[in-house]
Amino acid sequence: MSGNPVYFFIQFLNGLSLGMNLFVIAAGLTLILGVLRVLNFAHGAFFLIGGYVTYFLVDVLARAPGAFWLAVGGATAALAIFAFVIERLFLRHLYERDHVYQLLFTFALVLLIGDMLKAGWGTNVLSVPYPTGFDGATNLGITYYPTYRLLLCVIGFVTAFALWFVVNRTRWGRVVRAATQDREMLSALGLNVPRIYMLVFVTGSALAGLGGALASPVLSVYPGLDAQIIVECFIIVIIGGLGSLGGAFLGAIILGQLTAFGILLVPAFELVLIYVMMVGVLMFRPWGLLGRQEAR
Amino acid sequence: MSTARGAPRSMWILAAVLAALLAVPAAGSLYVTYLATEILIFALFALAFNLLLGYGGLISFGHAAYFAIGAYGCAVLSVKLSWPLAAAFPAGVALATVAAAIIGYFCVKLTEIYLAILTLAFGQLVWAVAFKWSAVTGGDTGLIGVPVPAWLDEPAQFYYFALAIVGACVALLWVVVHSAFGRTLAATRENAVRAEFVGIHVKRVQLVAFVISGGISGIAGALHSIFNRSVFVESAWWTQSAEVLIMAVLGGIHSFAGPAVGAAALILLERLIRDVTEYWPTFLGAILLVVLFVFPTGLAGMARRRAARSVERA
Repeated sequence: MSGNPVYFFIQFLNGLSLGMNLFVIAAGLTLILGVLRVLNFAHGAFFLIGGYVTYFLVDVLARAPGAFWLAVGGATAALAIFAFVIERLFLRHLYERDHVYQLLFTFALVLLIGDMLKAGWGTNVLSVPYPTGFDGATNLGITYYPTYRLLLCVIGFVTAFALWFVVNRTRWGRVVRAATQDREMLSALGLNVPRIYMLVFVTGSALAGLGGALASPVLSVYPGLDAQIIVECFIIVIIGGLGSLGGAFLGAIILGQLTAFGILLVPAFELVLIYVMMVGVLMFRPWGLLGRQEAR
Repeated sequence: MSTARGAPRSMWILAAVLAALLAVPAAGSLYVTYLATEILIFALFALAFNLLLGYGGLISFGHAAYFAIGAYGCAVLSVKLSWPLAAAFPAGVALATVAAAIIGYFCVKLTEIYLAILTLAFGQLVWAVAFKWSAVTGGDTGLIGVPVPAWLDEPAQFYYFALAIVGACVALLWVVVHSAFGRTLAATRENAVRAEFVGIHVKRVQLVAFVISGGISGIAGALHSIFNRSVFVESAWWTQSAEVLIMAVLGGIHSFAGPAVGAAALILLERLIRDVTEYWPTFLGAILLVVLFVFPTGLAGMARRRAARSVERA
């Protein structure tokens, strides 16, 4: 069976759709890391909030047409607002402090959010129905494949293109790129650095919400999912290079394919394979495949 | 000797703490003895961890790896290969030390947040191996039934055994941080470039600190596996690395004993709160917020500031 090319093709698509969904989340993480230099452990928890908000809104809007897509928008907006509040109330006071305190703060968020979600929705696995029109399979000529997963691939590529466009072709993107390189220079040039930080944190967190909403029909939502996702996103960001969006895209594709084909190559050890791959990249390019070498 | 005329206050405190520790099994119940053993083990882990964070300024976010390797090494060798404790314990510690040397070699090339991420990555690699290599580590279910020799069977006996080992290791750490090496390590934290200029091989100093810290964390882990007579894969998960970091920061990373105080405080708090509610993480999160925004120097820093203030007033 595993020698069958159609089977390989399906595994390839499985890996790609997984990778593209993870890319949306990891893009937010790497954006925050690159600009704010904050390693946000709570990014997975933000993702999970997105999933629960989607579940909640789909439930509330049950009969409305396009309820799922409204819920996706709602989850993204909810995370943007949530991130804004977090940034204004807490995070902004920690930028000048040692990295340890930022790590601990985001870890505190992980704990608090995890318990809040548990208190609100319990510990059951909650499934979110596939959106109307995307609940079937599409005929790709050689095989049928779930339509929603194909859509995930498309959304991943569209997100990647949109981010690339914003970062490389707009003034705002230029500012963001500059911020990853030299923060002091930015404020010397009269740019409002705190506002840039806030906007980047809000955007990155909104991407986590979007990713969580999109993943909810495939993965369902349950406590503990955040830990799995944050670790996978860290791997993607590390492999690709901290702060590099292109790197996150490449890392997401590699992680997706390694997960899909690792199961065939080394059954039961695909997880180890991924970590070995990551450690291998780090040994030879500690700054990641597409990252820049740390300035000294 | 300058200390001959009135022993400094810290000596009295040390003597009092030692006396209290020695009296625990006699004075307390079985439960208290268990709790005190656990506190000793995690206090050692936190102190070892803080050699890197407090003295070296290096954020290791994967310290659970060495603790877990020490624990698994000791447990696997005694359960699967029936090694006696006298051989399995040092072998587990040796494995943790070697792992710290290998991982440290790659990690000290990086600084700050990059170092944190790389240590985290290695930590997760250790977790993945422990989780997936079921034939050896027991995978998801962990390893149970670590044999304990008869002379350690009683909780009080094991307590004194742990106290002796932890005491020796803490003494070693004390000597290390107050030695020339310790001063050199602090110099690399304060200003790595300047330290390099005066001829210090910064990366080598950091690597040695890494190995000492990892090895002693391995001792804590091996002790823990004998104490619990089991090892579980959660001990390698990244939240365990976060926990030891919390212990250190809670107690205060800029004082020698701070992390031990933090470990005791965290373990006692967890026991107290878990008895009442399942929402311990909420409490821990709230505690962290208070520490971060109200007492950034930790419990020890707070106590020291209060002491300094009372000295000023006098």
